[in-house]
Amino acid sequence: MIQTIYVMWLRQLKRYWRSKSRLIGSIGQPLLFLVAFGFGFSPVFEKAGGVDYMQFLVPGIVAMTILFTSMFTGIEVVWDRRFGFLKETLVAPISRTDIMIGRTLGGATISVIQGLVVLLLAFLIGFRPVSWFSILPAVFFMFLLSIFLTGFGTAIASRIDDMQAFPMIMNLLIMPMFFLSGALFPIDGLPSFIKLLVLVNPLSYGVDGLRATLTGVMSFTLPLDLTVLAGLSILVNLVGAWLFSRIEI
Amino acid sequence: MIKVMNLTKNFNGFTAVDDISFNVGEGEIFAFLGPNGAGKSTTIKMLTTLLKPSSGKLMVNGFNPLTQQDDARRSFGIVFQDQSIDEELTAYENMEFHGVLYGVEKETRTERIKQLMEMVGLWSRRDDYVKYYSGGMKRRLEIARGLIHHPRILFLDEPTLGLDPQTRNNIWEHILELNADDGMTIFFTTHYMAEAEEVADRVAIIDHGQIITSGTVEEIRSSTSTSSLEDAFLQLTGRSIREENATSMDRMRLRRGVRR
Repeated sequence: MIQTIYVMWLRQLKRYWRSKSRLIGSIGQPLLFLVAFGFGFSPVFEKAGGVDYMQFLVPGIVAMTILFTSMFTGIEVVWDRRFGFLKETLVAPISRTDIMIGRTLGGATISVIQGLVVLLLAFLIGFRPVSWFSILPAVFFMFLLSIFLTGFGTAIASRIDDMQAFPMIMNLLIMPMFFLSGALFPIDGLPSFIKLLVLVNPLSYGVDGLRATLTGVMSFTLPLDLTVLAGLSILVNLVGAWLFSRIEI
Repeated sequence: MIKVMNLTKNFNGFTAVDDISFNVGEGEIFAFLGPNGAGKSTTIKMLTTLLKPSSGKLMVNGFNPLTQQDDARRSFGIVFQDQSIDEELTAYENMEFHGVLYGVEKETRTERIKQLMEMVGLWSRRDDYVKYYSGGMKRRLEIARGLIHHPRILFLDEPTLGLDPQTRNNIWEHILELNADDGMTIFFTTHYMAEAEEVADRVAIIDHGQIITSGTVEEIRSSTSTSSLEDAFLQLTGRSIREENATSMDRMRLRRGVRR
């Protein structure tokens, strides 16, 4: 069982590491957001209340990186189905749950790596965490968020066999999740109906957890962030494993 | 080795496999023939646990693919009609991946991978990415991969499709060797009637989801009073060309990811 999970995980990391364009491409977008928004809005925020916007923004952009990478990991299932490799795993004498766990862990590991790369780049342009030790709990949050989102993406992908439809459906989910998560702006002063959307958005808790650990600023509490993310991770992966076990080719 | 009793598969009202029954004995080479869309691949998918039958009974190496999935899965190796290797990995990595999934111990695995890759003549190219392999090389790799866990049955769904005669002969040589040396049961489909004529101990012809005849090549030829299996096949299944993807039902089935 551990072996199955391990090879599934290893396969994804190998594929990731060998695809340099994917590596670069998926970091380009967060970097653009970081630079454009960070430098663009910093003066405004400074005038408004002396907040260092770059400090505020970086955890949000790290969460965004994880959001995109994790959700799109699901496309590997669609690819594997399209290019036939899925069959190889489905006729093997292994449990579907192990396949799902291996895939989720693989995708989550890649997401965390991507998130760390973006965090590293943020350090280079001046971001400073409250303390260097806060990186560790931040990585833990990144991992938890990745597990949730990868499981989510994979679960959706197990029901889709259309290569063109998958990115569209993903964007439909990803964009509102990103913009209504407090990644770009503080959620405290929002109109109540938007605030409600933010509160039901799981990503908000990931952003909040990351911001809390990295900068000490938070809108919710750490235990709440943790509970929501852990609960959803378990739920989404259980549903995913069930959907995965029902795949017929 | 393989027992199929009253097997039926419906897809939203369309009957792809309609109440078929047949047996394949141990060590037999069994050819499963039929025009496009006759239900060959659907049957193989049910035998190999990829699809659930609508009704009927199945036995693979004494195991029920529905209730004893993993035992059944360990019993067979399969080469699918369309490719099923990871092109972003090297050939060796694909082999290794398969060995681990089937729980073959490291030492045995390393040994078998080497032996099998030498058998299909790919050992010297083991560290190449599969995306740089030719169609024939991929096929050979898939056959080698399907044998790592020493299956008792080998399913081959059109194993020689699109290959040149040299590669085709080469692949059949390997398969016949496995059959002769280890008594491995071979279940295959093909559109090359000459191929079936040459290697198969027994043949079943399926059309519109039903088995229309089965027996040795000799028996089929004499019962249709034809001189070749191809003539017998055409006589039994007619000359009209099957329009595989033309109807809305087919499009729907394709969308559901059910390919034949």
